[in-house]
Amino acid sequence: MTLRATARARVRATVAFAVAALAVAALAAGCAARGGGTTLRFWAMGREGEVVQQLMPAFEREHPGVHVIVQQIPWTAAHEKLITAYVGRSTPDVSQLGNTWVPEFTALHAIEPLRPWLASSTTLDSTKFFHGIWDTNVIDGAPMGVPWYVDTRLLFYRRDVLRAAGYDSMPQSWAEWKQALRAMKRVVGPGKFAIFLPTNEWNPPIIFGLQAGSPILKDDGTRAAFRDSAFRAGFDFYMSLFRENLAPSVSGNEIANVYQEFARRYFNAYITGPWQLGEFRNRLPDSLQGAWATSPLPGPTGAASGVSLAGGSSLVLFRASRAKPEAWALIEYLARPDVQLEFWRLSGDLPGRLEAWRDTALTHDPNTRAFGVQLERVVPTPKVPEWEEIANRLQDYVERAVRGTATPDVVLAQLSVEVDRLLEKRRWLHGRALAAGSVR
Amino acid sequence: MSALTTERRQQRAAWGFLAPALILIAVFFFVPVIAGLVMSFTDYDVYAIGAPDTIRFMGLRNYQQVLADPEFWHALRNTLYFVVVGGPLSVLASLSAALLVNAKIARWKGLFRTIYFTPVVTTMVAVAIVFRYLLHPRYGLVNEGLTLLHLKPIDWLGDPHWSMPAIVLLAVWKNFGYNMLIFIAGLQGIPEELYEAAELDGAGAGARFVHVTLPALAPTFLFVGVMTMIGQFQIFAEPYVMTQGGPLRSTVSVVMLMYEQGFRWWRMGYASAIAFVLFVIMLIATLIQMRLQGEGRRP
Repeated sequence: MTLRATARARVRATVAFAVAALAVAALAAGCAARGGGTTLRFWAMGREGEVVQQLMPAFEREHPGVHVIVQQIPWTAAHEKLITAYVGRSTPDVSQLGNTWVPEFTALHAIEPLRPWLASSTTLDSTKFFHGIWDTNVIDGAPMGVPWYVDTRLLFYRRDVLRAAGYDSMPQSWAEWKQALRAMKRVVGPGKFAIFLPTNEWNPPIIFGLQAGSPILKDDGTRAAFRDSAFRAGFDFYMSLFRENLAPSVSGNEIANVYQEFARRYFNAYITGPWQLGEFRNRLPDSLQGAWATSPLPGPTGAASGVSLAGGSSLVLFRASRAKPEAWALIEYLARPDVQLEFWRLSGDLPGRLEAWRDTALTHDPNTRAFGVQLERVVPTPKVPEWEEIANRLQDYVERAVRGTATPDVVLAQLSVEVDRLLEKRRWLHGRALAAGSVR
Repeated sequence: MSALTTERRQQRAAWGFLAPALILIAVFFFVPVIAGLVMSFTDYDVYAIGAPDTIRFMGLRNYQQVLADPEFWHALRNTLYFVVVGGPLSVLASLSAALLVNAKIARWKGLFRTIYFTPVVTTMVAVAIVFRYLLHPRYGLVNEGLTLLHLKPIDWLGDPHWSMPAIVLLAVWKNFGYNMLIFIAGLQGIPEELYEAAELDGAGAGARFVHVTLPALAPTFLFVGVMTMIGQFQIFAEPYVMTQGGPLRSTVSVVMLMYEQGFRWWRMGYASAIAFVLFVIMLIATLIQMRLQGEGRRP
């Protein structure tokens, strides 16, 4: 699931029913419109599925005879629905796909390799997108999806508290950053904290690991690299923030309202994603609107090493589609800079297309601009179908380390054993491919 | 001779009438069960869906893994909580409701029976929405009640210590109506003379309940007990729609773990093994219960 999806899954569950009703209505409308021309089935999730419908009339005007049915799928059910659709041979022509799902649907042979389509395309190629984001769609060297919107995580912080601590801007190396966090903690006093790293999120420890240069998984994604020195360095840094009492050992569930806690300075920095831009604007009191800011993540040796996650959603073409040229045209349309900007205006989702970031509206706001900077420094999580399960397990184990029920050594050792077990099939497949001489 | 052919013809007709049901059971029950059993000895997973030649025979390794998996034992502990706490509570609620509805002085019996039965036929998803409002930590009616009683409000679905009681209560409320109907049927089967005789012997209401009603309901108890236990072992919908297994995995049941492994991580082989382990556990528990209740009720 994308970063955004995990964070919003709970909210979305409640609207799932309304969404399902809408989907039925959309399907009924689609059936009525059928007859003559080509009908494309396009699946999009949650809010994106709602908003993207507004972009369809323009596409249909540009492609007479093509009709698009947008089917809106709730995020909480999207993964299961896509897989069951594949097993039941009723996949759509085009779908939005969380970019961490691309490896899985590639392994399923459900989605079309895009190299031939890209080769003949006049508007799309890899250089038109943020490098790290494009990379999430490349599986074993083959591009399988086109970035639609992007997600990454960076630092939201209280500028007033940082100023009071004696800093004009957020330092960009780990050592200086931690100094700044210590100073912020001194400003807010006991019982309050410098930073919030929810113990039920896998993202912060993975980000610190990636920053320290860990591949997370090694040997072509067949073995855990949690015990290697790079991941260990990132993990030690993560743990030190709790040990030095700069971060509270609490999960997201224990914080009823992050905006309230941020407003009352319970924590003063928070690693989170672009969807919070709108939430911070709407949900923090007016008096605090000038008091918060965003910053690209610091890294172990300074800004260049401050990488973050290459999240977001891609557009994929299903192998079973019987209208591939039209479906590809829809992907090209949705990836166009002007359409991406329009989509950003409608949804707040950040465009993956570089040209869209030259627009003043998008880069005018400094808090959004920080995302543009961060997106130049994003790396994918391991591109294996098992990733989501691995991230889930990691979360459980890391929580144990943070809460002190097990030492980091024990936690990382147990986690490695378990993840290596999850990857057993992958190792076997890998060995088989090596034996067959079809190494890519 | 002619009698024999008639019998044979009748037999053939009987098979003909039974065939549709038998075929349905075979296709939709036995075939999937056998397929599941076979699958539980393989590593059928996400790779296998895309490329069936990657399926491997695993022998008993899936079963070994299930039994070695701390997640499984955790889910089993949660499930036993449902069985041990939710089961008796549910039976008690059903019996109380049945006694109330069946009482001689009760009026509008049909209406009450319908009302109590309504939750059983209500969609779980609709119930979940209402209960999420009721159990809301700040605006919920339940916590409002607690505040009136000068008790501290409880974060029912967010606190790992309270999530299980909340789900158990929901499950009891949702399901007690079904067993209530069975108890009512059982109560109505008790001959009135027994009560009259007991009354003549000087038995009060309490004594009549203990010495007439309960023994006469023994077979009903056995049925209700076994069915409730099986139902509680298979609990899934309630935690799935209310908490998705959270917070901190505190409401993950075995069936939910199986669902996650099967349909979230797509490890169908492993999920099938969980299903059969649960089947064996339920079978043993049912046999024990039948033995215990059978002996306890024997005069």
